[in-house]
Order: sequence, then C-alpha cells, then structure tokens
Amino acid sequence: MTIKGKAYIAGAFEHPTRLAPDKTVAQLHAEVALGALNDAGLTRADVDGYFCSGDAPGPGPASMAEYMNLKLRHIDSTEIGGASYIAMAAHAAEAIALGKCDVALVTLAGRPRSEGMATGTAPRPRDPNQPEAAWEAPYAITTANGYAMCAMRHMYEYGTTSEQLAWVKVAASHHAQHNPHAMLPEVVTVEDVVNSPMIADPLHRLDCCVISDGGGAVVLVRPEIAKTLRRRPLVKIIGAGEAVKHLAGGTFDLTTSGASRAGPMAFAEAGVTPADIKYASIYDSFTITVIIQLEDLGFCAKGAGGKFVADGNLISGVGKLPFNTDGGGLCNNHPANRGSMTKVIEAVRQLRGEANPAVQVKNCDLALAQGTGFQLATRHGSATLIMERE
Amino acid sequence: MAVFAARKLAPPVVTAEGKAFFDAARHGRFLIPVCTACNRAHWYPRAVCPFCAGESVEWREASGKGTIYTFSVMRRVQEPYVIAHVTLAEGPTMLTNIVDCDADKVRIGQPVIVVFQDTENGPPVPMFKPA
Repeated sequence: MTIKGKAYIAGAFEHPTRLAPDKTVAQLHAEVALGALNDAGLTRADVDGYFCSGDAPGPGPASMAEYMNLKLRHIDSTEIGGASYIAMAAHAAEAIALGKCDVALVTLAGRPRSEGMATGTAPRPRDPNQPEAAWEAPYAITTANGYAMCAMRHMYEYGTTSEQLAWVKVAASHHAQHNPHAMLPEVVTVEDVVNSPMIADPLHRLDCCVISDGGGAVVLVRPEIAKTLRRRPLVKIIGAGEAVKHLAGGTFDLTTSGASRAGPMAFAEAGVTPADIKYASIYDSFTITVIIQLEDLGFCAKGAGGKFVADGNLISGVGKLPFNTDGGGLCNNHPANRGSMTKVIEAVRQLRGEANPAVQVKNCDLALAQGTGFQLATRHGSATLIMERE
Repeated sequence: MAVFAARKLAPPVVTAEGKAFFDAARHGRFLIPVCTACNRAHWYPRAVCPFCAGESVEWREASGKGTIYTFSVMRRVQEPYVIAHVTLAEGPTMLTNIVDCDADKVRIGQPVIVVFQDTENGPPVPMFKPA
C-alpha cells in the first residue's frame, strides 16, 4: 500500500497577516480554511475530512469543526509540533487512499506575536505529567538554547562555522525581498548575521526565525476530484515519511535529526532521489535546522551541510538547491511558531509556477517539503513530503 | 569573562518515579537509575528500562563525574546561564546547567562534577561545575 498518486493538493492558502491583534485563533483557522477551499474551487460543504494539531484551540478538531460547522466522516489530529502539517498532509493522503474521505482540510493558525510570546528565549510551559518534567524544567531549556546546543556540537564535530550558518539566512533574505508579505524583506549579508546580537551561543539573532501571527491551510482531494477542478497544473503527492527522534535513555547524538529516517522513507515511496528534487522547502526555525536536515535528507553528506549552503547555494537562480523561496520562517512567516504548513504551501506555488517570478524555479516538476517539530536538542518530530507536478 | 549569579530555581515536580532521587539529593547524594536485568544506567530516570523494558530498575550512587557533550550560553535573558548536556561516567547523557564557571571558557569535552543547587521550597537539583 502506498499513497503515491492517491491524493492531490488542490488548494493552498497562506494568510497574508503577520500581526493579528484583532482576530481570534479560531477565526484565523476559518479564514485560512476558506482561503484554501476557494483556491481549490471547492466549498466548505465539500469537506468530509479534517486535520488540525496543537495550535487549534481547546479540543482541536471538535472545536474547530463546530466553529466552521463542518460535517465530517474522517477526523484526525497529529501533534509533532511544527512538523505536524507535513505529517497531516500525508495522513490526509492515507485517509483519501483508503476511501475514508474525499476532500481533506488541514489548517494551522496562531498569534504568538500578538500574545507577546517569548518564543525562543523563555521555557515553554510543561504539563507536570510529562515524564521528563523534573529532569529538564530546572535547566531552562528554551527553543533557542536547545537548537544552539545542536549547532555547537555540529561545529565541534564537523568544523561548521557561524559564517556558514549565516548563508542560510542570507539566502532566505534574497528570496524574501520579492515577497510583499514577508516580515523581513531586507537583504542581509553574512556580516549582518554574525554581527547581530548573540542570543544563545553560537546562534545570533539573525540565525533565528521570526515570530508572527497568521496561518495556512491545504486541501487534499481524490485524483478523480482533482481532475475536475480548475487548478492546473495538478500537484500530486508521491511520497512521505515521518519519525520521532528522542534522547533514547541518554544515548543520543544531536547532529542528526529525525529527517535521517523520514527522508529515506519518503524518497523510497516516491521512487526519486535527492538529486531529482528541483525545489526544497526546509523548515528553518534556525539556520542550523536547515543544515542538519539537508544532510539527513541526503542533499549532502553528514557534516558537509555548512559547505553545502555557503556561497549562495540555496538561492534560487544562483545555487544548486533553491530553498524557501517565500523567505521561509527566517524572513517571511512562522505562524503559530510552527513552520511546516508554509513549507507545503510554497512547494505548491513552485510546482504550479506561481512563486514570485524572481524566485520561480524553472521547470519545477518535483518538490520536497521537510519539517521538524518541537525541540531538536531533546525530542522532536520530523516529516517529509514529496510532491510532483502533473 | 562571564560569571553568572545563581538563578532562582522553581522546585522540580517530584513524582512517584523521582521521589527517591530527590530524597537522596537532599543529603547531597547523586543517584542514577540502573536496570537490574541489563545492568545499564539510563537518563532521564524511569521505572521501566528504556533499553530492555525491564521493570526492576534500582537507584545506585553515581560518581558525579562527567564531560560536556554540548552546551550553550543563554545570554539574552534577565538571568543568563549555561545549559548543557553532560555525559556521565556511568554512560548516559543528561540535560543540566554548568555553574560556578566562567561561561566564556566552557568547552565541549570539558570534565565536570556534580554540584547540587537549591530550589525555592523544594529539593535541590543536580548541576555541574568544572572538575
């Protein structure tokens, strides 16, 4: 059983807002849902499958199904942090392949910027029943210093430099300048990044993604439905993989992510290799996140990620692997502190030929979206999705 | 040179699985969980061995010695601190803080030794300082 060719992404929508003090989280979910359905040429009444994750308020799918007044026959929720939306797109394809639903909606929305959340520098609240609570909470692990510890070890083992990390941000900024919605549209240099304030050694402020309000949604449908819709070219799901990587009883490394397992699963199902990929959306919570995932996915050898990203290799029209052509989480948008929905959306734009013209990849017929969720330095989810133009 | 004052620490959540550890910590003893079936130490502590799923895990006194696997100096906060993963002499690697140190001189591979830090109205928690 495979999902290859069994489902298509018929609709995709990224909320244009980056600051939404006058909207609720539920309202943002509904707005992105309607945006994606409108993009597909479908209506709310067509939706019979719904997927949301931990960003949805309260009891998640039940709450949002009620708010949007959806009538569903398939409901699911996956919580692997920022990787959830890539995983749920794959789960929607699975449900469609099994005949459990015909039109699946996946939504993400949140307002960390309006709510004044110190996303990277404050420890996240922890459920006291989380088994690691007593053994981690006293040490104030935060998103920024956790990923920083991964970067520190990567530098120690492989000689990766701050300048190489900076190239990831530089490439993202080159793309963001063409995105009218980008939060940070200014082009930056390697010097700008390494001279920005140190947040948690060795990560500088410009190694960190933005904090933004907003959201996004995708609609997946059966092939028979996709072929009746107005959207062309079609975007077909051809492979997916997912993994959780954790501390394994205290026997772990921090230079490899779950992408080292999720990626090969997705490539095997799709029947393609990293060399075939024309465009890659790579979750960029921090610059180091991109380098580790690129290695794990096989775009370069383990430890060679720093050299791979240097000198503009990720810049569309310049380098070998155009990435995050919307500006990514580093420059464009990181709604709800969860980056993989916007990764799928930009991949869809690229496959349709609807990316900003200055960054559109020529003949983009094969794209990958990669997400990492939660904390790379303790436990995280990873999800890979491979899509093909038809 | 960056020497940080001790942070105010909230008390740890003491569960049924962690009570013996924190009782010993109050007496300055650093225990680690070891499975009686496979004889391996693990971290974080749990009642079921993560390696062999054995359900007879016992607490043993550890050397308190370790080396820094990785770290970061958290600078952009009110009370800066050094976070780290430390690999214990007994095998497992644990999340912790490095204290009583010059944060600018902390290095991967550096030998460290356990030092208990008081929490507010709770048991002390294990941190490490340069050996």
